[in-house]
Amino acid sequence: MAMFSQNPVLNGPNYSFAEVPQHAVDGLREHRFNPYTDNGGSTLAIAGADFAIIAGDTRLTAGYSINTRYAPKVFKIGGSTSSQDDANILLSVVGFAADGEALKERLDAVCKMYRYRHGKPMSVSACAKRLSTILYQKRFFPYYVHAILGGLDEDGTGAVYSYDPVGSYEREQCRAGGAAASLIMPFLDNQVNFKNQYIPGSGVGHELQERERVPLPRNEVEVLVKDAFDSAVERHIEVGDGLQMMIITKDGIEERLLPLKKD
Amino acid sequence: MDHRPQAWGRPRDDVYGAYDASYMQTNQPNQHTQSPIVTGTSVLGMKFKDGVVIAADNLASYGSLARFTDVKRLRTFAESSVVGFGGDVSDMQYLDRHLTELAIDEAYTSTTTTPNAQPTLNARNLHKYLSKLLYHRRSKFDPLWNSLLVAGLDEAGAPFLAAADLLGTTFTSPSLATGFGSMLAQPIMRGLVPDEASVAQVTREQAINCVRECMKVLFYRDARSLDSYSLAVVTKDGVELSENEKLENQSWAFADRIKGYGTQTV
Repeated sequence: MAMFSQNPVLNGPNYSFAEVPQHAVDGLREHRFNPYTDNGGSTLAIAGADFAIIAGDTRLTAGYSINTRYAPKVFKIGGSTSSQDDANILLSVVGFAADGEALKERLDAVCKMYRYRHGKPMSVSACAKRLSTILYQKRFFPYYVHAILGGLDEDGTGAVYSYDPVGSYEREQCRAGGAAASLIMPFLDNQVNFKNQYIPGSGVGHELQERERVPLPRNEVEVLVKDAFDSAVERHIEVGDGLQMMIITKDGIEERLLPLKKD
Repeated sequence: MDHRPQAWGRPRDDVYGAYDASYMQTNQPNQHTQSPIVTGTSVLGMKFKDGVVIAADNLASYGSLARFTDVKRLRTFAESSVVGFGGDVSDMQYLDRHLTELAIDEAYTSTTTTPNAQPTLNARNLHKYLSKLLYHRRSKFDPLWNSLLVAGLDEAGAPFLAAADLLGTTFTSPSLATGFGSMLAQPIMRGLVPDEASVAQVTREQAINCVRECMKVLFYRDARSLDSYSLAVVTKDGVELSENEKLENQSWAFADRIKGYGTQTV
């Protein structure tokens, strides 16, 4: 059965084509469809003693082009209606915008189902765990986003949870995400967590005493956020146009829109 | 030579090589549309105070060949919205059939008996539907290779214009352009409608003139464009679609002054 075997015939002449392809070129081609893109933008979240602020710029880019100057990255999650008036959780997503949108809608649907089944809104810590699970469910085809979740915990203290694309998460005092994260995060380390700030005259070397960490008041945090974004806009081309700030307190969620440089 | 009956009528291994059975295997990855073949270029859209203008030329290119010169790339939906297609034309035709089916289903199931009832699927709903479809297909690694603009009115009767592409990325803006238009036409349109607030000051004539001017710029500089185009205006009174517009008052006076790539002086 020579024609069914993959072997040369035993008698007579062999292949006239010396380099006949023995196997089809594998299904994988050189140019594969790439399901991801980077839509730029940056986000930032800071937790206070009785509030949490999540902010993001509103620019949406594709390469060097600006798709739109107003595409919000911060969302209210888990309200009982689509207006989200009674929402108690904030989510920001930055990275691949389509995945961000899908993730936001998944988490919102989950929170709405929880509210419907249990007759109460989801707590921030429960929602934080659930978001991690949602992200990890797509471990091998991830949502390509840096998500940050914000709200008030059971004690009424500001809470910020930050995630990597596959669901590793951690509660933090502050976090910057997205294109300008590497520009903003060191500034936050210094200004929120007082890194490299020491009490003057407390000694040298190991004797040096760190400045005591205290949660910042809301007005100071708002200025900090604006300054962080103004600086990021200056040095990162994918950040700009508008600054969307969501502030969650025991009285609800406030939204502020501030202009950023459009260049 | 193999004289056994099993080999009769089959290509000889000693001449053609052994049959490569891997072509017969079905357990390898499916080959989806991995790149567009026949393509349409830019689609432009712009909001004005009581509606939206949208335009696309009538060309379907086969690479650099201007293959089909009478392909309409705008389609109306439920007599109240317009979808403009850029990218692969066969995927556009698939979406077109899909939307026709959807429109029929909607017309049957919706109970709009009053004469001036709103369509059940407005432009915002339609855009959400299409972007979910595109995102779903990209997640299956079988994308519909298009970038779309959806023009119409939202549930409040306000002008609505939004884009969706093969990755499922979506965004809205007072003016939008796909493909080359995002580089050549969008800056011109943004001059007229820089932000959402300025839309209320723009008249229908201003918007149409601006879009026509942009189509001309695209014809000058986009090698995959055509001077015959379709233009639609969506308002609360419905859709006015004109599919055989011609570019007027072209001025090629600049052409003989261009040397090299345009920056050359001698």
